[in-house]
Amino acid sequence: MADPAILQTSYILAHAPDFVRYGSKPSRELAVDPSLLEQLTASLRPWEEVVAYPPNQVFIGNLTPAELAEIPRPWFEHLVPDASPMGPFGRIIDQASLYGLMKLSDDFDLITISEGLAQEALSSLEGIFDDRLENITGVPLGEIEALVKDADGMALYHHGSLAGFMKTVLQEDPSLHAHVLFENLAAKATAVLAVSDLLKRGAVPPEDIEYLLNTGEEAVGDRYQRGGGSLSKAVGEVVGCINATGSDIKAFCSAPVHALVIASAMVSSGLHDKIVVLGGGSQAKMGMKFQGHLRNGVPIMEDCLASMAFLVGPDDGQGMMLRLDLTGRHPIGAGSSPQAIYQALVVEPLERAGLTMTDVDRYAVELHNPEITEPGNSGDVPKTNYRTLAAMAVMRGEIEREDMDDFVTEHGMPGFSPTQGHIPAGVPYLGHAHVAMRAGEMTRAMIVAKGSLFLGRMTQLVDGVSFVIEPSPGLTETNIE
Amino acid sequence: MNLKGKRVVAVGEREGVTGPSIKLLAESAGAEVVFSVTQCFV
Repeated sequence: MADPAILQTSYILAHAPDFVRYGSKPSRELAVDPSLLEQLTASLRPWEEVVAYPPNQVFIGNLTPAELAEIPRPWFEHLVPDASPMGPFGRIIDQASLYGLMKLSDDFDLITISEGLAQEALSSLEGIFDDRLENITGVPLGEIEALVKDADGMALYHHGSLAGFMKTVLQEDPSLHAHVLFENLAAKATAVLAVSDLLKRGAVPPEDIEYLLNTGEEAVGDRYQRGGGSLSKAVGEVVGCINATGSDIKAFCSAPVHALVIASAMVSSGLHDKIVVLGGGSQAKMGMKFQGHLRNGVPIMEDCLASMAFLVGPDDGQGMMLRLDLTGRHPIGAGSSPQAIYQALVVEPLERAGLTMTDVDRYAVELHNPEITEPGNSGDVPKTNYRTLAAMAVMRGEIEREDMDDFVTEHGMPGFSPTQGHIPAGVPYLGHAHVAMRAGEMTRAMIVAKGSLFLGRMTQLVDGVSFVIEPSPGLTETNIE
Repeated sequence: MNLKGKRVVAVGEREGVTGPSIKLLAESAGAEVVFSVTQCFV
């Protein structure tokens, strides 16, 4: 039986200021009051500020969460000098590159872009997907103006000006309307880059991948099976994973953690050897808190699509072992209070292994950037979660009440993830955990995710899942040497 | 608290007190809960 490990991580932020207007919340508010667009546009951040924004630098690995905790708030006023869009386990791309990725991922001529935008996109993507660059073509702006005037679909913008068009495939089918296809294509395109970077970083040929598990929240399908479709193989096809099959795991925010556990079980059983868990960006969530940001005079910070990918396989001596004997799950009968959830996800698996809550070096919980959520009166989500964990440690007699703040500091971290649905729950920390384990600075971390099952109005339940990672024995031996 | 004769709409939040928890509390205080829901604000 092989020991499963997370071998590589990959994170992408795609800066897409002209996509914000089509986020679910902005598009609904703009339909009521179109004059809001001017205010919204004026509050968007330029590329340089997005790259230098401290939480974004943490997301791609150029800063650690501990370093972020030392930077005074507001972070958007304390930009990182000389910040790079390239990080050790992630990168930030601009909007032209995103349009290019959408074009080269588009097998049905859904999206049309202008000649100028196509040229800009091509120059930024050369050397990455050379076999598909021929798909990045543009048309004269006049043709796009005609499409906007005469065809069913939505206008697309670049630097605030008309630059493209997304078509509605079938007017009678809401699942194939332009805005749904736009969401799905954005998810596919951002996932494509995350998987491509993942395999390049790990020097793994795409054809070696046997299975793909997509965990995004997009709903692919037509009127007969809304959301029943899959993006896994669609993404793998673009990246060249010709020997892989795949399927999608749907569990709202907790899907990536479910998928990493399932992938590890596949490896452990010998069913598959190399598996990629992936998730593309959530366009619907762009600008979700924009009203709070406008009200408080802060920039609109939900201006990026985030995607990620993880390579799971038998331990190669350099990865993070995923302890299948220490996974946590939230049974249907467990109850939905924060205490009941953490009892099931954190305490129960640790008790089973004879461990205490302080035996885990770091907990990665809901890692939403508080600077995004607080202006919308949603509070500091990670902090609330860490204080709940600390309170449970007090109740269990593992720490004293006056040590709660120290527990939060020592075992938690500030939120640094965009509010992108399935992205923030625990998994943004995996890249940092890998670096810390390679450096011999960490022996155990717990990744904890919660999911809002009730949002679909089919149950009042929440969901949750967790796992523990530890350094591969190979990593430890390397450090000793 | 006595909520006898009162009707309650319970709106909970996933990271705090959930809808079903508020419903249980309100009912135990004698209220008639006409609607309960949990919201996710992130």
